[in-house]
Amino acid sequence: MDHLLGLADDALVAAQRLGEWVAAAPELEEDVALANIALDQLGAARLLLTYAGELEGAGRDEDALAYLRDDREFRNALLVELPNGDFAVTMAKLLFVSAYQLPLYTALTGCTDERLAAIAGKARKEVAYHLDHASLWTVRLGDGTEESHRRMQAAVDEIWPYTHELFTPDPAAPVDPAGLRDAFLAAVEPVLATATLDRPADGWAPSGGRSGLHTEHLSYLLAEMQVLHRAHPGARW
Amino acid sequence: MSCNTWSVYGHDFPGPDDGPADGLLEQVEAAEVALRAAADRGRPGVADGPAADTDPQHYFTALIEADQKIEPRDWMPDAYRKTLIRQIAQHAHSEIIGMQPEGNWISRAPSLGRKAILLAKVQDEAGHGLYLYAAAETLGVTRDELVELLLTGRQKYSSIFNYPTLGWADVGAIGWLVDGAAIVNQVPLCRCSYGPYARAMIRVCKEESFHQRQGYEILHRLASGTPAQRAMAQDAVDRWWYPSLAMFGPPDTDSTHSQQSMAWKIKRFSNDDLRQRFVDMCVQQAGVLDLRLPDPDLRWNEQRQAYDYTQPDYAELMRVISGDGPCNRQRIDHRRRAHADGSWVREAAAAYTAKRQREDRPAVAA
Repeated sequence: MDHLLGLADDALVAAQRLGEWVAAAPELEEDVALANIALDQLGAARLLLTYAGELEGAGRDEDALAYLRDDREFRNALLVELPNGDFAVTMAKLLFVSAYQLPLYTALTGCTDERLAAIAGKARKEVAYHLDHASLWTVRLGDGTEESHRRMQAAVDEIWPYTHELFTPDPAAPVDPAGLRDAFLAAVEPVLATATLDRPADGWAPSGGRSGLHTEHLSYLLAEMQVLHRAHPGARW
Repeated sequence: MSCNTWSVYGHDFPGPDDGPADGLLEQVEAAEVALRAAADRGRPGVADGPAADTDPQHYFTALIEADQKIEPRDWMPDAYRKTLIRQIAQHAHSEIIGMQPEGNWISRAPSLGRKAILLAKVQDEAGHGLYLYAAAETLGVTRDELVELLLTGRQKYSSIFNYPTLGWADVGAIGWLVDGAAIVNQVPLCRCSYGPYARAMIRVCKEESFHQRQGYEILHRLASGTPAQRAMAQDAVDRWWYPSLAMFGPPDTDSTHSQQSMAWKIKRFSNDDLRQRFVDMCVQQAGVLDLRLPDPDLRWNEQRQAYDYTQPDYAELMRVISGDGPCNRQRIDHRRRAHADGSWVREAAAAYTAKRQREDRPAVAA
């Protein structure tokens, strides 16, 4: 069930971060787009959490899994829990996470678990749009003004180390993420080149999210997300 | 951009109760039918060729009398144009500022289903802002100019969004009461004489009626939940009732724009008529929710066939409109900050497009 929770928590935490942009985006069209992407990620998270809860068989539904686990029980990659930063950091995170999710969901559509394959089939179409959106903005910002170029390069440099964790081998998973790095690079490198940005060197590779060892950011995010649900045990909403 | 609402709506609502706003939704549909019928009838004088030789003022009046729509290319009195720009722009600004009080609860929504519905709703509001700015632009202003007028305080937005959302139930109360008041106000605008505004209102009202049902459903769930949830719901209704009544504007005796707007068929009913309609609708619905409206003098008047009610505090309304409500400063500061923080992004997009044009290469789509 851990690989399913990894997928679900990536989507859930990404949605929570994107939701923070609502009413604060650089233009109205982007408020619509970021809310739309947040909704897609949240939709995938709900399907995956529901399925994970059923497989577990302990009676936990999507809300029990989202609202009543602590940070040490979350399985998301560190990348998605990092703060939004400026718009360039948000776009770098979206570019990298969607360039990872697209080949992952695509491969999962062919897995023998039919339920998971169906969820992946739906999510794949949405993630293709997210990758497109982030790619377009990376290019516009990278090849825009001097300031936007500087910010986009800084964002890519800051986020790049966190991409390594996405490809941590997991031979027990229906699709081992270790095999997805080539597809990820094939999607990301041309975007960076078109954006006149340098592809950072590989080096420091922070990890731990998949085993519940997170950054200091996650417990704040969860405190906010879970506060109301936890204050009213057993209530229906 | 409404598709998300429909999909999240689909599996979250029980079927049997058709919800509170259905009568209003029928009126929206009737307005849409009337709009098409008017288009099919054709405009006065058009069959004999364009009315170039007639006095434009006469032609304008004839169009309005025939319940035809004024379109952007038509001659119109300057005052008509200015009134519409003011009204549509302020409507658009209200959608944009209105994202903040509800957006305040996206991160803390108590279930994933509720979070999805709220995200979709706030996304719809941004979409409504976009339609409305586009409708205003047909009158010869730009969105940038209007945004500037909002940020410098020279144009207003609805007074209601200057109140804080202090609990989750406020999200329900905003849906039920604030969106309810907005729909009662906007349904007649679906028959407004200016075509682009009427058409925008038809789209907006359909989505708003979903939002209202969703808000009502949140309150319904809370009101039949734990004692703490029930108290939360009642507290929200207590705080939002009078600000919602005040959304209809000053009483008819003090309303400055009403008479001319009625003659031009921009406005169809007076502030007080619409407020009464709203009160009558809410009393029924509060009964179903088993929540109390905070007005000890609310009672059925057999003679008027309507509810008597206590008027909102119009002095408070004036204070809020003039900038001294609880959240005026916070709301406009937030909008200014988002605009200022985003300027480098908008400049980058413009610079990128300009470069591609200079090189005569296609830019990635904006």
